[in-house]
Amino acid sequence: MSDTKLKRVDLIFGEYSNVKYKVLADTLKRTNEEILEDLLESGLRGRGGAGFPTAMKWKFTAQTPGEEKYVICNADEGEPGTFKDREILSRVPRKVFSGMAICGKVIGAKQGFIYLRGEYKFLLPELIKELDGYNEFAKSIGLDFPIGIRLGSGAYICGEESALFESMEGKRGEPRNKPPYPTTSGYLGKPTVINNVETFVNVLMIMRLGSTQFKLLGTSDSRGSKVFSVSGDTPIPGIYELELGMPLDRFVDEFGDGDTKAVQVGGASGFCVPRKKFKDTVIGFEGVPTGGSMMLFNSSRSMYNVLHNYLEFFEEESCGQCTPCRVGCQQLRKGIEAVKKSEKKSLYLDQLLKLSESMKLTAKCGLGQSVANSFSSIVNNFKEEMIY
Amino acid sequence: MKNTKKETEKKINLTIDGIEVCVDEGTTILDAARKLNIHIPTLCYHEDLCVAGNCRVCIVEQEKAKSLPASCATPASEGMVIHTNSMKVRLARKHIVELLLSEHHADCTKCYKNGICELQGLASQMLTGDHMFLDLVPDHNYTIDMFNTAIIKDDSRCIRCQRCVRTCEELQGVSALGVAYRGNHMKISTFFEHPLFEVVCTNCGQCVNRCPTGALIERNYIDQVWDAIYDPTKHVVVQTAPAVRIALGEALGMPPGKIVTGKMVTALKRLGFNAVLDTDFTADLTIIEEGNELLTRLKKALLDKDPNVSLPMFTSCSPGWIKFIEHTFPEFLGNLSTCKSPQQMFGALVKTYYAQKRKLDAKNIVSVSIMPCTAKKFEANRPEMRSSGYKDVDFVLTTRELGIMIKQAGLDFEALPEEHFDSLMGSSTGAAVIFGTTGGVMEAALRTVYEVVTGREIPFEGLNITPVRGTEGEVREASLKIEKVKPEWKFLEGVEVKCAVANGLAHAKKVMQDVKDGKANYHFIEIMACPGGCLGGGGQPIPTNKDIRTKRKQAIYEEDLGMPIRKSHENPEVQLIYKEFLGGPLGHKSHELLHTHYTPRKRY
Amino acid sequence: MATNNNYITELVDKHGRARTSLMPILQGVIEKNNFISDQDMTEIAMELDLSPAQVYGTATFYSFLETQPRGKYVIRVCKTITCDMHGKRTVVQTIEDMLKIKVGETSPNKKFTLLETNCLGWCHEGPAMLINEKPFSGLTPEKVHDIISEYMHK
Ligand SMILES: Cc1cc2nc3c(=O)[nH]c(=O)nc-3n(C[C@H](O)[C@H](O)[C@H](O)COP(=O)(O)O)c2cc1C
Ligand code: SF4
Ligand code: SF4
Ligand code: SF4
Ligand code: SF4
Ligand code: FES
Repeated sequence: MSDTKLKRVDLIFGEYSNVKYKVLADTLKRTNEEILEDLLESGLRGRGGAGFPTAMKWKFTAQTPGEEKYVICNADEGEPGTFKDREILSRVPRKVFSGMAICGKVIGAKQGFIYLRGEYKFLLPELIKELDGYNEFAKSIGLDFPIGIRLGSGAYICGEESALFESMEGKRGEPRNKPPYPTTSGYLGKPTVINNVETFVNVLMIMRLGSTQFKLLGTSDSRGSKVFSVSGDTPIPGIYELELGMPLDRFVDEFGDGDTKAVQVGGASGFCVPRKKFKDTVIGFEGVPTGGSMMLFNSSRSMYNVLHNYLEFFEEESCGQCTPCRVGCQQLRKGIEAVKKSEKKSLYLDQLLKLSESMKLTAKCGLGQSVANSFSSIVNNFKEEMIY
Repeated sequence: MKNTKKETEKKINLTIDGIEVCVDEGTTILDAARKLNIHIPTLCYHEDLCVAGNCRVCIVEQEKAKSLPASCATPASEGMVIHTNSMKVRLARKHIVELLLSEHHADCTKCYKNGICELQGLASQMLTGDHMFLDLVPDHNYTIDMFNTAIIKDDSRCIRCQRCVRTCEELQGVSALGVAYRGNHMKISTFFEHPLFEVVCTNCGQCVNRCPTGALIERNYIDQVWDAIYDPTKHVVVQTAPAVRIALGEALGMPPGKIVTGKMVTALKRLGFNAVLDTDFTADLTIIEEGNELLTRLKKALLDKDPNVSLPMFTSCSPGWIKFIEHTFPEFLGNLSTCKSPQQMFGALVKTYYAQKRKLDAKNIVSVSIMPCTAKKFEANRPEMRSSGYKDVDFVLTTRELGIMIKQAGLDFEALPEEHFDSLMGSSTGAAVIFGTTGGVMEAALRTVYEVVTGREIPFEGLNITPVRGTEGEVREASLKIEKVKPEWKFLEGVEVKCAVANGLAHAKKVMQDVKDGKANYHFIEIMACPGGCLGGGGQPIPTNKDIRTKRKQAIYEEDLGMPIRKSHENPEVQLIYKEFLGGPLGHKSHELLHTHYTPRKRY
Repeated sequence: MATNNNYITELVDKHGRARTSLMPILQGVIEKNNFISDQDMTEIAMELDLSPAQVYGTATFYSFLETQPRGKYVIRVCKTITCDMHGKRTVVQTIEDMLKIKVGETSPNKKFTLLETNCLGWCHEGPAMLINEKPFSGLTPEKVHDIISEYMHK
């Protein structure tokens, strides 16, 4: 057990609240090249889960010719165990708007949207008030980049970027084939940057503090800090902003209840790390990446129940268009039930592990591809719990 | 323009299963492999439709890539190294097919698609005998919609490839079928899961033609027809539509584009039909009636300046189109020609004129038609189609159903000798033959109308009016200046008759919208519900795609050229029926037997 | 043809007739009626020049775009594992006992519908639920009792 606590960071929520959009106004005076340079230098990678380098995404979109482009803030936050985007949007919305506006300038977009999950509709009145303020401000400085809000209606898959575009277009949230990527064909088929809520805030803070400051935080693969949503068997659940690249054992020391048996990193689509691997696990793009969800489980919990809960989640939240995911999720859930009830031999679990691997290889989008993460990490590490 | 050309000229080099291949930029891995004659299995992919990429059976291994891309949805890129049959691919593909089977009610021996089903084919190819996974069928509350006279939809055999949904939306612009719900509950559904007969479905059968499994099939009447044939008290008459004779061979193992008219006639006789007649006969009759109807309307408009005359006039021989306009543009029903389709004219005449001439009691006649079309099944069941006093057409079979009957009878189709249609309603012209393709009715009508009005043959080399020959994927427009007319048609002197030809309901919708918005001032519009016209009908052999339609179309024009008579008004049997039975075109009897009216229906 | 519903016309006028307006329009209907009837869908389809099946397809995709009649107050209890671990079941039980309905049902007086839903984003304060759009977290049987009583008297 180490005695130093994990360093708390205050980039996202505190430090500077951007009340008067000063950083935005200053940044708008810089050239696009300078901004991109700074972003590239900072090493910022997307906070929505996939971790794509933000500077590259913006640059590609900026390079795609086209009059009509869009900036979209992904606030669909549906990953079980994640609630940080809600906090960010309710506490520092102006930082988010500013980040989006900077993006709009860099890529040449004249319209931004926030796609807010339906579960967060209660945020709307406040958010609209804030947005009115922003839109007024933008007008006052001659910035042609209004931001609007679109609501989701209870579909986790709409957090997937291409499903999100479909949803905004009034269709079913079925992910598209890739390529083409959003940088060339996104919302309405136009070049689009889509970033997570937190990513936009990071951009703004990099603009304010400079890339060097930002780079001081985290590791070489995972620059900066991250807002973690901590839940489950912990005495201190909540939102914490921590440096990326921390070892999991130190996290558990601080947040566990002394009896932590496993941590699910990255929500239902993330990985389950058992106690024996805490020490060797790094939280970050070089180790186990996370959109922020950290669920702790102590030894009183049945990992079968945990997995079963996740599989039901995927079964319902899959868009259902592609075979491996639509049918695979049903088979995995039904399969572990059959093993538990001894209707199938425990060897059937190996069959299911292979199936989950095929799902990872063949599913059309990240949802189906990531079911195997929790499935294999839970089944492999807690096999007895699956059988008895 | 220059730019796009440059882009298509860009070449991509890749390696598939160790073989290097060079393709145009934008080519998918699937097409690149096909170029090398490497066959990657597919299910959701269809040449006519946009790429969905949802079944995932076409996955391949790409070196250095994390996952297995779907070859139908992934463009080739420079230096790609692809394996189509690696260990990983084989296992994953087997998993996928097993998954599909696990939610599938796979009692193939009871299934109409047994033997030609794409899922079954894939399962047998991959030897998926071991049922790796649990049976999910009991978990699903699958329903079967059997309430329709033309199409049956059985969800328990659906693999959710969405071909039908894309067909109905992209090709037909109808979207009677959609995708509903999500996840494990995702299904193909009409509005609020109403039966098909209650919604805007046109019965065109394009979805049926593209469904890889037994989930969407035509309602078949094979047994009923056999029963009639074996009933000694019945005189069973069969008519065959123009587009059947150039496609039937495909259902019996022959390559596309073969003209099999003679063999088809022989086969029908051997099946036991009492008379084998030709819908071409009433196609010619349609031209006379419809041509005269057009002239009458033009006269009213140009000479009498009657403000109530409905122009443009629309053709009415495609029942899918009829149901479409009844739902979608009911305010234009007056513009439809009142002519029945050739099938229904035939049916009405068989139980009147034919019965009289052959001295048969109409109640003992069973009239069967072989059609490239599923909508004709619906049409035959319309209440207004009983002008003979009986159901004018008792049973409608598709080209595919006839193929099945021929197989059931054990006939070696390719080896059959060639015979001629029976006489009396069995003679045909080139003009009738081309009814089977888009633009054909227009061309046939113009061949006749021009001659009626001017007394001269239409001034096109070899009577081939190529400007109106429809093409797929576009609305064809043409105009014809009428000069040196006969005195009684003076009002037409110098008039430019403007025509349009559209095939596929999505294009029909476009034309109609233009007409509605007053953007188009045509006189005459030919519309066929199916892509390419009847030759691409919903009842035609599976597969049907653009290449195959092109071959069928060539066969039709070939057949036209080979006919001794190529103008409807020269059909001797047509001349005879006017003399003996009908009197003149648009006469009283015609109205009673050959014309009909339409029913406005709800679009929503 | 469906009879004209003023609120549909209003929504369409407000959001526009492009397909991109479909979600906001459907959400507007939910806000008003808690469910979207076949008639409403038909009318929306007509206004947006879509087929009804397309509107139905979009509506049924989203959990919150209900197509069956629902109560005035739709209660959605989070069933994600963290809420489950912290007593979701007793919360559901309490509501079931109070309203005499099971999950998935609507009370006979059409006032309440009880549903379960996936993660609501209150995992640190689970169990959580939504009543219409209003979130409640840190639920205990007592707390739920008070909340539901209050709604019963609304
Ligand atoms: C099933 C699924 C759900 C997702 N949900 C979210 C989400 O709720 N919020 C989010 O920002 N990204 C989500 N993503 C990732 C997005 O597709 C996309 O990568 C991200 O918004 C990009 O932003 P970033 O580069 O800032 O991370 C999801 C991806 C998948 C496959
Ligand atoms: S992986 Fe799942 S969510 Fe993604 S496209 Fe396929 S079915 Fe839809
Ligand atoms: S649809 Fe195909 S696989 Fe299914 S029962 Fe019919 S023939 Fe068999
Ligand atoms: S009905 Fe046929 S075409 Fe339509 S999704 Fe099902 S299997 Fe595919
Ligand atoms: S028959 Fe035609 S209109 Fe009807 S569902 Fe099929 S494709 Fe659509
Ligand atoms: S054929 Fe390629 S995904 Fe279905």
